[in-house]
Amino acid sequence: MAQQKIKKSSLALRSWKKLVRNKLAMLGVIVSTLMIFASIFANFITPYDPSKIDFTNMAKPPSWEHLMGTDKMGRDVFSQVLYGGRVSIYVSVVGAVLGSIIGMILGGLAGWFGGKIDLILVRTSEVFLTFPNMMLVLILVAFVGQGINNLIFIFFITGWMTPFRMVRNEFLSLREETYVEVCKAFGISNLSIIFRHILPNTTSPIMVATTINIANYILQEAALSFLGLGVPVTVPTWGNIMNAAKSIEVIRNYWWLWLFPGLVISVFVLAANFAGDGLRDVLDPRQ
Amino acid sequence: MSEAKLSGSQPLFEIKNLKKYYPVLSGFLRKTTGWVKALEDVSLTIWAGETVGVVGESGCGKTTFGKTIMLLQHPTSGELRFHFPEGPRELTTMSSKDLLSFRRRVQMIFQDPFSALNPSKRIFDSFDEPLRVHGHGNPKERKDIIAQSLEMVNLNPDYMYRYPHEFSGGQRQRICIARALCIDPEMVICDEPVSALDVSIQAQVLNLMKDLQRQLGLTYVFIAHDLSVVQYMSDRIMVMYLGKIVEMADSLSLYDAPKHPYTEALLSAVPIPSIDVKKKRIILEGDVPSPIHKPSGCSFHTRCRYAMEICSVNEPKLVPLADSPTHFVACHLYGDDSKNGVTPILTMEKHREGNL
Repeated sequence: MAQQKIKKSSLALRSWKKLVRNKLAMLGVIVSTLMIFASIFANFITPYDPSKIDFTNMAKPPSWEHLMGTDKMGRDVFSQVLYGGRVSIYVSVVGAVLGSIIGMILGGLAGWFGGKIDLILVRTSEVFLTFPNMMLVLILVAFVGQGINNLIFIFFITGWMTPFRMVRNEFLSLREETYVEVCKAFGISNLSIIFRHILPNTTSPIMVATTINIANYILQEAALSFLGLGVPVTVPTWGNIMNAAKSIEVIRNYWWLWLFPGLVISVFVLAANFAGDGLRDVLDPRQ
Repeated sequence: MSEAKLSGSQPLFEIKNLKKYYPVLSGFLRKTTGWVKALEDVSLTIWAGETVGVVGESGCGKTTFGKTIMLLQHPTSGELRFHFPEGPRELTTMSSKDLLSFRRRVQMIFQDPFSALNPSKRIFDSFDEPLRVHGHGNPKERKDIIAQSLEMVNLNPDYMYRYPHEFSGGQRQRICIARALCIDPEMVICDEPVSALDVSIQAQVLNLMKDLQRQLGLTYVFIAHDLSVVQYMSDRIMVMYLGKIVEMADSLSLYDAPKHPYTEALLSAVPIPSIDVKKKRIILEGDVPSPIHKPSGCSFHTRCRYAMEICSVNEPKLVPLADSPTHFVACHLYGDDSKNGVTPILTMEKHREGNL
């Protein structure tokens, strides 16, 4: 070979190029990242403390001073939305990622070993899936109580089944691949084959399951907080902001109290879904 | 290679009465209702430095043979004795940890180079873990070995940082060969290594494999359905039909004078690249019978044009020919079954005169 430089290829670079070409996914990634950063750096974006009560500015409609208006106790809705995003996104992302990790491990074991382990795990996941989800969440809330970490725990208990089933099904087909036999011929241990060799090839369905779960948990957190069962009311979350809009009077007269948090939730959920779909295509090693 | 065999080479791998049955499960309760007899009583001694070719139709047990002697699948019964430098040891009773020393000495190349490389791993990573498992602890040393292995199969060592999707089929198969050889094995089981490649690439890969055998003193078990490929590669050839060896001989005498009617039919199907040679093709009627319900007696008798009465009754044994002790065949045309009271024994030559 001549002195020509051989370009070291990287899967990450190729994936990035694929992602850039996918407009909708790119939009999803940009919007959700922006929203995450806006929440993280909320204290630089808005001068108002989200829980500071200001009786001189009660229930003001949106203005340049208060972009999304103020609530009935004079708290700035915009800063509530920003700070609320911290908790809502944190709870849903951590819950979904934990659920995916557990689902991946169990799915890998079930799909690889098959037999009894598989049967027990699949049946368990079916029991969880067939039980009405909201009921399960409510029961768990009743047991462990309210709180951010408790909510994460509940989300992860109720959300491991989808990634589990996806990973298990992928394993059933991937374990027949020749490279698995190559590993066996080299005497590589089962656990290494499961977690180092097969699992990386299941990232694309896991990605989808995780982002769908994130979107789902955002909605669930909103629903639970709306019912007063999620995070304690004193902590601002997107759901807790919506909680203020329970009465007909608020819905009729103070539209900015429910419209803005509602919009933010919808935009984030949509962006997460688009990003997830895009990542699935990008990360599929077969393409 | 034949010189090596002549000069008193050592047995490397002794296979005795190897059987592999797969259960046929049916019904809701997954009861075993029958057995697929993929391998029946296969016995073979592989000598150090030789190439044993294995041929047969699809579904005759070639791949099962390869996977079973590699212990990727545990045999139903039989003995597998591998000659380690310390002495021969029985493999079927070894634990998977003990088997590591066997796996370091015997490696396998698979049919499909496209799925034999993990798509999510760089070539480097595909080599790295096997090397680590087989006791190459030093990362620098591992990298050097990988570079050498790639050079050995005429690939640029820098390719180790690339992903499998960046290579063609022929390159991938060369990478697979390099990977199998990176832990310096003595024997390589090649399961149809070129059947997924273009014809032009096939020759390149086959020649590479021959060169490597000469350089490294490898022993090959070469499984293929392409007879010309097997003839080119092998010193000895084993012909399989429905899980049994029907004929075994060194490749020259098998091609010059096939004894078993099945071998004869297989060979007549090999195209000859010449317009002058007119060859009589023997066309086998029907399909391979189901390996679950094998025909009685000789399993080939349903498709054999020389079939006699005895063929559906008695199973012929694999015995050496009277005039050539290294040529084994399992056929009643050559056996002496007069003890069983069944008389008509014809030589194939006589049959041919009558039939053609």
